[in-house]
Amino acid sequence: MSAREEILRRIERVTPTRPAAEVAASYDRIDRAYRRRHHDGNVLDLFAERVADYRATVLRVTPSGVPGTLAERLAARPGSYGVPSDLPPEWVAEAGAPLVRDPSVTALDGLAGAVTGCAAAIAETGTIILDHGTAQGPRALSLVPDYHLIVVRAEQIVPDVPDALARLDPLRPLTFVSGPSATSDIELSRVEGVHGPRTLEVLVVA
Amino acid sequence: MTMPTYIGMPSFPDAARRAVADPRLRANLAHATTTIRGRRADAVAELDDWPALREAGKQIKDHVLENLGHYLRVLEEKVTAAGGTVHWARDAAEANRVVADLVKATGETEVVKVKSMATQEIGLNEFLAGEGITAFETDLAELIVQLGDDRPSHILVPAIHRNRSDIRDIFLRAMDDAPEGLTDSPAALAEAARRHLRAKFLSAKVAVSGVNFAVADTGTLVVLESEGNGRMCLTLPETLISVVGVEKIVPSWRDLEVFLQLLPRSSTAERMNPYTSTWTGVHPGDGPRDFHLVLLDNGRTATLADEVGRQALRCIRCSACLNVCPVYQRAGGHAYGSPYPGPIGAILSPQIRGIGSDVDASLPYASSLCGACFDACPVAIDIPEVLVHLRARAVEKGPRHPLERAAMAAAGWTLRSPTRLALAQRGASASRRVARRGRIRRLPGPLSAWTETRDAPVPPPESFRAWWARTDGGRKETGR
Repeated sequence: MSAREEILRRIERVTPTRPAAEVAASYDRIDRAYRRRHHDGNVLDLFAERVADYRATVLRVTPSGVPGTLAERLAARPGSYGVPSDLPPEWVAEAGAPLVRDPSVTALDGLAGAVTGCAAAIAETGTIILDHGTAQGPRALSLVPDYHLIVVRAEQIVPDVPDALARLDPLRPLTFVSGPSATSDIELSRVEGVHGPRTLEVLVVA
Repeated sequence: MTMPTYIGMPSFPDAARRAVADPRLRANLAHATTTIRGRRADAVAELDDWPALREAGKQIKDHVLENLGHYLRVLEEKVTAAGGTVHWARDAAEANRVVADLVKATGETEVVKVKSMATQEIGLNEFLAGEGITAFETDLAELIVQLGDDRPSHILVPAIHRNRSDIRDIFLRAMDDAPEGLTDSPAALAEAARRHLRAKFLSAKVAVSGVNFAVADTGTLVVLESEGNGRMCLTLPETLISVVGVEKIVPSWRDLEVFLQLLPRSSTAERMNPYTSTWTGVHPGDGPRDFHLVLLDNGRTATLADEVGRQALRCIRCSACLNVCPVYQRAGGHAYGSPYPGPIGAILSPQIRGIGSDVDASLPYASSLCGACFDACPVAIDIPEVLVHLRARAVEKGPRHPLERAAMAAAGWTLRSPTRLALAQRGASASRRVARRGRIRRLPGPLSAWTETRDAPVPPPESFRAWWARTDGGRKETGR
C-alpha cells in the first residue's frame, strides 16, 4: 500500500469522510464572532503610526510631492537602485541616483536599495503587502538589497486583516512586510536587521 | 521509527534536576520568559475580541481534524494543479528518505533551511548528513544551536537558553568568518549572521522548509518569520521542499484572517511578524521552478484517534505556553527530551512517539497543572486536561511500582475498617518525630522514592476523628 493510501485509511478509520456538502455546511457553522475591524476613523493616521512603531521611516506626501521626496531619500545613501520596469515613471522622474530596471538576481547584492509599490496595506497592524505584480517586481528585488522604499497610495490601505485578505489573490506569490527585518532570537528582545532589508522607508501618498 | 528520543535521554525529573541546578541557565530563561510574557499580555489586550478570535481558531482547527481526509485530498489537488508535487510520508524515516532522494535528484550536496519544527521532529539534518548532504540552518537561533553543537530548547527561540555573551563565544569559536573583536551587542551578532549566510543564500540551489499553514481550497503555503532568511530560502533556490504535518491545514484562504491575528501576538508579541510569505505551487519567473510538498503523518493519525488527546493537533506552534509555564521556566527545554518542549511538548511528544520510553512516560507529569498554559493558548488547547488523561494512560501502560500496588492494597484494607483507620491515623501522627521545621524531607527505605521529589507535610498531632471522639464534636472543648 502506498503511503498516501495508508495515511488516508488511518484517518478514515477515525473520522470517516463526509460528503463535500456536509463538510461545507459544518464549515459555515464555525462561530466567527470576532471583529472585522478594530478601529474606526482615520486609517491613514493609524497606518502611519503603526508602521513607525516597527522603527520604519514613514513620510506622508501628496501625489505631486512623490518625485521630490523620493529623490531626496535615494540621495541620502550612495549607490544605484533597483526598480521594476513598470514602476510609474513620474515617481522617479527627479531621482539623481542611477536606476537599474529589472535587475538580475546576481546584480541585486550590489545595489544600494530597491523602490517598489505595493498591492495593499493594513492599518491595524502596520503591514504592507506585495503581490509582486505591477510596480513591485519579483520577490528577490525587494529582499536582497539592504534598503527598501515602498510607495503606498491611500486607497490601498484597508483598516484590518480581514479586509486585506479579501483583496488579495492567493494564487499570486505574496509578501507581507511589517517593518524592517528583525529578530527576537537573542534573549527574546526585538533587534532590527538580519537578512532582509535593514532599512524600510514608506511613502504614504494622499 | 517515529520521532527519535534524544540518545540516552533521561526521564524528565532527572534531566530537570540538572537544569534547575544551573544558575546561569535559570537566569537566561527567567529573563527571556519574563520579558515576553509582559509583552504578549499587552499585544493580546490590544484586541478586545481576543476570546472570539481564539474560539474561531479553535473551531476552524477542530473542523479540519474532523474532516482531515477531505481537506488533505483538496490540498493535494490544488497544489498539484498549481505546478507542485505532493509526497506522503507515514513516518520520520519515510519523510527523510523522500527529502534525501529529492535533493539527490538535483545533484546538489547542500541545502539551506528555514526553521522548521517538522524537520526537527524527524531528525532530517542528521539523516541528510548520513547521505552526504549538508543542511545549513539559516534562522539565527537555529544557527546558534547548530554552531554550538547544541539542541533546541524552545519552539520559537531554540537558543533561548543562551544569552548574548554565550552567543558571541559560540560565533567566535565556530563561525569561520566571524569578525574579529565581535561584541555581544545583539545588532553586532545579527550582522555577523547576515554576513555569514549571505553567500550561502545567493548560491543555494535547494531549500528545505516547514510551513505554518497550508490552505486547502487554494493550495497556498504560508510561512511566518522575522529575519528574512525565510524569504531568502523560499525565493532564491531553484528547488523548494516543504515538510508539513498533516494537521497544518486550514480550509480556506479567509481563515488566515484569524490565524494571522492569533499567531504573531501569541508568539513574538507583535501586531504582525516582520515577514509572511505565501506561495501556491510554482510562479513562473519568480521563485523556485520546482516545488515539493511532503505531507507527514508520523504519529498524527494515532493522536487523532484519541478523542481527548487530539486537541494537541490544533497547536500552531506559537510557544506562548512555554513562556508562561513555571515548570518550563525553571527546567528549561532540554529536560523534555524532544524538539517540542514545555507544556505542549509534554502532551505532544508522548502522543506522537507513544508512551514507550522513560522520558515519554514521565512527560505527562512535567507539570503542576496550574492551567497557565491553557489560558495562554490561542487555540484553547486544554493542556491540563490532556496531561491528566495521559497520566492515566501512562499508568495503564507502564509498569507500576510494586510498592505503589502494596500501598494501594493497604489503603483499601485500612479504609474498610474504622478501627484500622484510627490506628493508622495514630501511627501517622507519630511520624511527626521525623519532621524538621514542619516538613518531612526524607522518608526511610523504599518510601524515599516519594520524598526524593517532594516534601511531605507533617500530619497533625491528632486526627479529626480522634478530636471529635475526645471532645464530643467540640462540645467538651476546653479553653474556647
